[in-house]
Amino acid sequence: MSSLPLLSLAIWVPIVSALLVLATGDDRRAGLARVLALAGAVAGLAATVPLWIGFDVRSGAFQFLELSPWVPAFNINYHLGIDGISLLLILLNAFTTVLVVLAGWRVIERRVAQYMAAFLLMSGLMNGVFSAMDAVLFYVFFEATLIPMFIVIGVWGGPNRVYAAVKFFLYTLLGSLLMLVALIYLFLSSGGSFSLLDWYQTPIPMHAQLLVFGAFFMAFAVKIPMWPVHTWLPDAHVEAPTGGSVVLAAIMLKLGGYGFLRFALPVVPDASAALSGVVIALSLVAVVYIGLVALVQTDMKKLIAYSSIAHMGFVTLGIFLFSNLGIQGAVIQMVSHGFVSGALFLCVGVLYDRVHSREISAYGGVANTMPVFAALFMLFAMANAGLPGTSGFVGEFMVIMAAVEENFWYAFLAATTLIFGAAYTLWMVKRVIFGEVGNAEVAALSDLTAREALILGVLAVAVLGMGLWPLPFTEVLDASVNELLGLVQSKLPAP
Amino acid sequence: MNVPIPDLAPAVAELFMLAAACAVLLADLFVRDARRWITLALTQCVLAACVVIVVVTAGSRPEFTFSMMFVDDPLADALRLCILVSVAVLLAYSRRYLADRDMFRGEFMSLTLFAVLGMMVMVSANHFITLYLGLELLSLSLYAMIALQRDSATATEAAMKYFVLGALASGMLLYGMSMVYGATGSMRLDEIATAIARGEANRIVLVFGLVFVVAGLGFKLGVVPFHMWVPDVYHGAPTAVTLLIGSAPKIAAFAFFIRILGDSMEGLWPDWQSMLAVMAVLSMLLGNLAAIAQTNLKRMLAYSSISHMGFLLLGLLAGNGMGYTVAMFYVIAYVLMNLGTFGMILLASRRGFEADALDDWRGLSRRDPWCAFLMLLLMFSMAGVPPTVGFYAKFSVLAAVVNVDLLWLAVFAVMMSLIGAFYYLRVVKLMYFDDPVDPQPLLASTPSRVLMSANGLAVLALGLAPQPLMAWCMAAIQRSL
Repeated sequence: MSSLPLLSLAIWVPIVSALLVLATGDDRRAGLARVLALAGAVAGLAATVPLWIGFDVRSGAFQFLELSPWVPAFNINYHLGIDGISLLLILLNAFTTVLVVLAGWRVIERRVAQYMAAFLLMSGLMNGVFSAMDAVLFYVFFEATLIPMFIVIGVWGGPNRVYAAVKFFLYTLLGSLLMLVALIYLFLSSGGSFSLLDWYQTPIPMHAQLLVFGAFFMAFAVKIPMWPVHTWLPDAHVEAPTGGSVVLAAIMLKLGGYGFLRFALPVVPDASAALSGVVIALSLVAVVYIGLVALVQTDMKKLIAYSSIAHMGFVTLGIFLFSNLGIQGAVIQMVSHGFVSGALFLCVGVLYDRVHSREISAYGGVANTMPVFAALFMLFAMANAGLPGTSGFVGEFMVIMAAVEENFWYAFLAATTLIFGAAYTLWMVKRVIFGEVGNAEVAALSDLTAREALILGVLAVAVLGMGLWPLPFTEVLDASVNELLGLVQSKLPAP
Repeated sequence: MNVPIPDLAPAVAELFMLAAACAVLLADLFVRDARRWITLALTQCVLAACVVIVVVTAGSRPEFTFSMMFVDDPLADALRLCILVSVAVLLAYSRRYLADRDMFRGEFMSLTLFAVLGMMVMVSANHFITLYLGLELLSLSLYAMIALQRDSATATEAAMKYFVLGALASGMLLYGMSMVYGATGSMRLDEIATAIARGEANRIVLVFGLVFVVAGLGFKLGVVPFHMWVPDVYHGAPTAVTLLIGSAPKIAAFAFFIRILGDSMEGLWPDWQSMLAVMAVLSMLLGNLAAIAQTNLKRMLAYSSISHMGFLLLGLLAGNGMGYTVAMFYVIAYVLMNLGTFGMILLASRRGFEADALDDWRGLSRRDPWCAFLMLLLMFSMAGVPPTVGFYAKFSVLAAVVNVDLLWLAVFAVMMSLIGAFYYLRVVKLMYFDDPVDPQPLLASTPSRVLMSANGLAVLALGLAPQPLMAWCMAAIQRSL
């Protein structure tokens, strides 16, 4: 094991790059800001490569541990460490950041340095969330991501951006503030420790577990988001600039799923098990009801936003089935959704930059003028619908398999997503891509530029690669998920 | 008759401040208007010298003098330092603001020094009379400073309101003190504590007195239901004076609480805890809700200060070492944020223009990105969002409250800070999302910009590394109580 603090590098390289980008000042040096931002994002990605190489897939324990005191008055430590679940999300995060910087290259002309810096900052902070082993450290990173996203939505967003930004901020703050009280309670009941490893060993009485679970649930259910606390997401997605939507969908939602896995399940397993029926019910509502809601959307971004909520229903379903297959499926689904929804938002961004409309009715027959784009868009749509051979299939299939083992009707309802998902996605594709050329603006469209083709091409490779050969991903997860489940089972009373 | 000469050593900082304030008052008579900066320089030198004296004479144990009426302990040293530094920063921020409004006069400086003296006496008092003397010296200086602009109607109104309500509160305080004296037979804080501990004091009279004392303290701190003066005074007073009222005196009032409730009336903890809990709940509720409706930044910050003081009470009502430590951390963090925020209003103001309407802050990030960024840090810190010091202040107070099994209070407090986040976000929204009305950057001199940057970045730095300040507060409390 190398002595370099690799996790700290993964966190601080993007953050320091963000400061450098900010230092370039106003838009007179926008070019420099762009280059610096790309360099920072690539460096951030490079910093995560040693993690991928050095990670021991056979061990389910936390790896690359770093520990130094931070606030001894409250026994808060700068304690980092990752398992397979964190590793995949960190890699996804670093990868997405590069694409987002590239995607904003030409489109963003106003306050370029601040835009780029915000994304680098978020990237570093979210790596921090995924690698924090200390609850306060986790909370600090978790909350701090709100500030740059708030600014991104509010400054570069659409016409209704202020409403969306404030709603996003307050909604997420509501959940996380309750979690803060729960964290303090756990600190006191574990005898003065904020270390997750200590919390995993602390027995907590059932009535307290239920309250703590409620607080965690508020924080993570809002973040992921679950029905019925999802209403901030469509607003935030629609108003955010393309890059903001991509990061929001690809990574920020995953903070919620990750939180369930890292906090709710292992810290309060009895309450999680007792209330799993409720969570599963809400997840199935999301899958079915939100799928139907997505069907009637006329705005492409809104449609993808609702489809995200439905897909996240799968994640929470998989997590609360308490089986290895279900949790692995949930994490795979999170990663896949990162690729697919990110790609779809980028596709909508490509169209929006040209026509300046997100309405489905403003398009029609795009395939005639943008054939390359149409092919890629079709691929991502198929992945979103869960077509075998794409990454979207793997996670959904695993979760459905796990659900069958638990209860046939869970699986039955979850499987409806294959119908609804296909329906809303393909119907959108039909109306936007195929058919006669809809209007003069579509007729004047030019196909992808090299930069756009590169971004979408890389994502297409990722989507297909993960769909055809998911082994590297599941391999990383297997031991970690077993460890997690072992921990949960050991604390649960024998059935 | 043989008058014993008291040991003057523990009070040397106060004695120096008294002499220096008189000297500045006299020296100013010989300074012409054009050279008023000399008075300011003298004042700053006095404050700096006093900092040096406090640091040099700092001991690690309480030392009593003047027949045990006065105490010099690590807590007093720490709080005196905070008061001196915050006032020095305030004077640096307000120089141009005062000059533009024809208030850059000797009276302002010498009244400030007397107010500082009053606060220093308050934080080192070990006797009701000493406390009261310090409080009155502070209050009288502030009344005069608010009304320094004699022809401003709002300022005179604010001064009048503050004076009348302040006199009422002083009356209540004295009444309460006399009750406590009646019950315990002493006005010395340590003797009151022993009398209560022995249980020989008449409890009904004692609690009756306590109610009046708490009411008087509540007025000084500006918590509901004794908050009525806060919005009007914050709004009506010249911004430089508002900054003075909103910063250092909060530290002095904190000392007042610690000395009277924590130190001498610890035995009555269950009684005052429930009083503070009621005041804290009402303050957080009313402060946050009313702040949403404001269109004036100073008024909004006045309501925000009410809610912050409610939070401070949460720490105090925990009634143990941890609670006092976190309350001290909170009050220092709050003063730091307050200095920054009002300092920014001072920098943004020009001759004939007070930047106190919320709309004046539109598009600041386009006009002056650095100042807007600092203000953003300050606003998020006020809202308690990490990684700023405001987060740790709130976090540690919540920890203290949960520690004494008042979980409901912690949940209520976080819900209120959610409401609070809304109006701080509105300022950020105005600065970042809206277009500027006037494209000029702020007219701030380089030194004040540097100071403001240090202030804003300190909010961030203490949020990233709160340990030194936390340890400092802990040491001060542990060694003094």
